[in-house]
Amino acid sequence: MADKKINPEELVDFAVTARKYKTLLTPKYKARKPWTNPSPYDVQSSIPGTVIKVLVSEGQVVKEGEPILILEAMKMQNHVDMPFTARIKKINVTAGEHIPKDTLMVELEPAD
Amino acid sequence: MSLKKNVEALRLKKAIVEKGGGDKAIEKQIAMGKLPARERILALLDPGSFHEYDMFVEHEERNFGMDRKELPGDGVITGTGTINGAPVCIYAQDFTVMGGSLGLKHARKITKIMDHALKLKMPCIGINDSGGARIQEGIGALAGYGEIFYRNTMASGVIPQISVILGPCAGGAVYSPALTDFVFVVENISKMFITGPNVIETVLGEKISQENLGGARVHAEITGNAHFYALSEEECFKQIKTLISLIPHSNDEKAARVEPKKPKSRKKIENIIPNDPKQPYDVRDIIYALADDSQFLEVHELWAPNIVVGFGRMNGETVGFVANQPLYLAGVLDCDASDKAARFIRYCDAFNIPIITLEDMPGYLPGVDQEHAGVIRHGAKVLYAYSEATVPKMTVILRKAYGGGYIAMNSRHLGADFMFAWPGAEIAVMGPEGAANIIFRKEIMEAEDQEAMRQQKVKEYVEKFANPFVAAAKGYIDAVIEPQETRELLLHALSVSEKKYDYRPAKKHGIPPF
Repeated sequence: MADKKINPEELVDFAVTARKYKTLLTPKYKARKPWTNPSPYDVQSSIPGTVIKVLVSEGQVVKEGEPILILEAMKMQNHVDMPFTARIKKINVTAGEHIPKDTLMVELEPAD
Repeated sequence: MSLKKNVEALRLKKAIVEKGGGDKAIEKQIAMGKLPARERILALLDPGSFHEYDMFVEHEERNFGMDRKELPGDGVITGTGTINGAPVCIYAQDFTVMGGSLGLKHARKITKIMDHALKLKMPCIGINDSGGARIQEGIGALAGYGEIFYRNTMASGVIPQISVILGPCAGGAVYSPALTDFVFVVENISKMFITGPNVIETVLGEKISQENLGGARVHAEITGNAHFYALSEEECFKQIKTLISLIPHSNDEKAARVEPKKPKSRKKIENIIPNDPKQPYDVRDIIYALADDSQFLEVHELWAPNIVVGFGRMNGETVGFVANQPLYLAGVLDCDASDKAARFIRYCDAFNIPIITLEDMPGYLPGVDQEHAGVIRHGAKVLYAYSEATVPKMTVILRKAYGGGYIAMNSRHLGADFMFAWPGAEIAVMGPEGAANIIFRKEIMEAEDQEAMRQQKVKEYVEKFANPFVAAAKGYIDAVIEPQETRELLLHALSVSEKKYDYRPAKKHGIPPF
């Protein structure tokens, strides 16, 4: 039978609807990722893997549906395609690079 | 040969098998901080009670030089014995024999003892310590795993199944424990993952240690795959013995009754909860004040601590406690807490264990991560589990019971047999602040001093609605009780519920929101 004392200094304010409660946070709660609204101009990796080949260069206008790069993951060579026609603003990865999930691989900007 | 000589030959043959992988391998096992497989069984079971079967089973693989390999017991020890006098089936993988790798015959020894446990209605305990599938045996090993999973599923809800992870348990091997009722892990010894650090690094380039990927603490605290966490094998065996003493040994019996004892908790039940509804306390103190001898075996102690579940006894009989824990995340229900509670409720229901729910919760956890993680379908599991359960179900509302949380935590509407509330309970559609903001929005907006008006309206709402009497007036609460009466009333409710029979429509099975 544990008889643990609660240390009031460790308690934090925790809002649930309109009321704030004094409570402790769990490590998992503290480690959660805050939500950010994804920009349509950011091309992120949806799976961790290896960049096999980058097929575009910075400044180039690429049409919707054309491949930007090849990302090998789970023994498959996945083509990452242009979501819409746009100009390649910046390429953040190089061929041969291992990247985790949600890496910002390529940044786009409007074509005109 | 005379019988005497035969007996001598037998003893010699047995001694060879009992040596497993031999002295050197056993030394290595001990150097890793692990007990040898046979010693684990002997440490867990009552002295002198273990009897081994299938000692002379041999593998039949002929490829890759396996025809010249002798594997004592094919790397697994199986048998029966007793724990505190109760019969159990047990197997322990022997890491000293080819890394405890699982071949077809190894698996067949396990499925045989599982069949035995199911037929003879006794708990089945598996001690896992294996490098995984015996690659030389190819799909024979996969077939073995599949045959074990099938039996895990058949035995689920019929006999208790306990998995003890005392070494590596990777790839296909993890799914047998995942299908069983309770998984025990030990710090620094247990490792569980589908794909290990090496594969993850080669395929994905992510570097992580075995411990950080799937060590004991990870599964006890983050994934929830483990139900019990111990710092040593000895402590782990103690936990198993306590659990076995608390649960029924099949679904057609009740847990063994013991001599009833009064709670010995020093804290008075009426002094545990702070007056300010925003202040936390440890709800386990309430459980200690209610349970016989103040004994409580907590399940999933480290995972989703915002809800507390576990076994205790009331008047000598085992009950399951489910309690919101205001000490963590204000006691909200989130995805993990819902999974944890729902599974525990279903366990209790399958094994004839009455459920006592202690409620003090402000609602479901708000947040994008929760919504995107599927808090709707996870939260629904709690509703399903409580509604489905036909064991005696009683609830004590200690303080807050708001909104969806009020419904979910074994409300009358989900089939609770007894609903009690303490006089300070707030049973309402939501917290007073939130409710006042919505209902009196116009009055607050139009007031000269908006904040003063808001405070006044909150106060009005608290007085009129944040109490147990509105619900009691509708019959949703059976009795508003004094804290000191709680144990007596629960004992009474349990004793009058003994012959409970609850009708459920015939079906093959339901479709819970898995």
